[in-house]
Amino acid sequence: MSVHSLHGTGIAGDLASPVHRLDPRAKILGLAAVTVVAVSTPLRAWPAFVACFAVLAAVAVVGRVGPRVLWSRARVVLPLVLFVGVFVPFVRGGAQVSVGPVSVSEAGLATLAAVSLKASIGTLSAVLLGATTGFPDVLHGLERLRAPRLLVLIAGFMYRYLFVIVDETRRMRTALAARAYRPRHVLEAAALGRVVISMFLRTYDRGERVYVAMLARGYGGTMPRLDALALRRADLVFLAGLLTMLGAVRVAAEVMA
Amino acid sequence: MSCAIEAHDVRYRYPNGVVGLDGVDLSVAHGERIAVLGPNGAGKTTLMLHLNGLLSGSGTLFVAGVRVGEGDARQLRARVGLVFQDPDDQLFMPSVREDVAFGPLNLGLSRAEACERVAEALAAVRMQHVADRAPHQLSLGQRRRVAIATVLAMDPRLLVLDEPSASLDPRSRRELLQTLARLEQTMLVVTHDLLFAAELCERAVILSGGRIVADGRCADILRDEDLLAAHDLELPYGRLEVAAAA
Repeated sequence: MSVHSLHGTGIAGDLASPVHRLDPRAKILGLAAVTVVAVSTPLRAWPAFVACFAVLAAVAVVGRVGPRVLWSRARVVLPLVLFVGVFVPFVRGGAQVSVGPVSVSEAGLATLAAVSLKASIGTLSAVLLGATTGFPDVLHGLERLRAPRLLVLIAGFMYRYLFVIVDETRRMRTALAARAYRPRHVLEAAALGRVVISMFLRTYDRGERVYVAMLARGYGGTMPRLDALALRRADLVFLAGLLTMLGAVRVAAEVMA
Repeated sequence: MSCAIEAHDVRYRYPNGVVGLDGVDLSVAHGERIAVLGPNGAGKTTLMLHLNGLLSGSGTLFVAGVRVGEGDARQLRARVGLVFQDPDDQLFMPSVREDVAFGPLNLGLSRAEACERVAEALAAVRMQHVADRAPHQLSLGQRRRVAIATVLAMDPRLLVLDEPSASLDPRSRRELLQTLARLEQTMLVVTHDLLFAAELCERAVILSGGRIVADGRCADILRDEDLLAAHDLELPYGRLEVAAAA
């Protein structure tokens, strides 16, 4: 992973759009709600999936987040999730249907369809949150939503030091290459193990130095925040509208099915 | 409160048995800029961590009117600003603005006051234009100046810098020198960049083996080749005259 590709994970689309300007809490709750609705919906209540996709599409359009951005980011996660689902039709029992030369389970196909839909909606929600909200703002929002403080802190440091660690790894790789390191068989790959060990020790040391630097500036156990978050009317309207709409569609789809 | 730093017989031994400080005596007056020179492993960083109460050994140490190891550590840390060698250790928040605000907010200032401090501190190091950037987007020289802003924002009486000129290109080094020369705080600069010390500080001490072995005008100390050689220090070749003129 290059530093360049890490920079690509930031905000995309129109920074001044109404979606980008929403309070991070509204976006976290709203997009999480989309995911929860999708995950809790059985395949027979399919209109709920349509509603979820519609909400995501609306968010993307208003925020001007293009399909190329969505695709390039979803691509990182989605194949891993779908990989598991692909095998289900082959191993499930019950009524079989033949698709060309192979016969697959009907229930399995339904599961595959449901998993794909749910995974796509969940992934797109996360991608849209990331594309319309800066990572520090997401963390701030999570903190204000009472997510465990320690986890938020760890995520924050991970974000800050990922770049430093990637840089260090790249320098070490260059140093290996500069001394003509080119593993030809497994035993020669042992040097990579040492790189990992040395990365661990370096990050551990850095952790201690950062903590000392924090203490030196009066750190007392809680991270202070410079900006206050304030829910405005637009945030409440967005959240209320979204939840009402999704809730209604979800219930109606269930009843009609 | 007569001195910015008043150390008497300060000793510190690390848990693994290594002697960090072996009886340091030092007094620094208000407004003075003093260079602490010495080879690697001389105890320079150990001394620096003592000034902020992050380590505490035996002996007596008063810094900015507070006896180290007694009372509120936070009050001491408000008065003493440490700038560490690697700015990546010092800049741990996602944006420059939040990082500079970290200290003032910890001191209990309101958000509005903290914002004011951030603006002042960044202006003092001429880094206002990077306020909303992430630290990893800055060059090393810029990060080092922002690191100085993070402690300036706490309005310290004493500024302690660890190897501020290390691995900077000549231009960044020059800019840093100008930035520091404009500041009015009492300053203790830990370095083995002797010419940097000569330009910035009137006074220098040599720390070697955990003790102060020489104390005097910076120019005098740098002119004493035998003294420097005895403690593994030397001026870059051909620059003796420059230092002598300083």
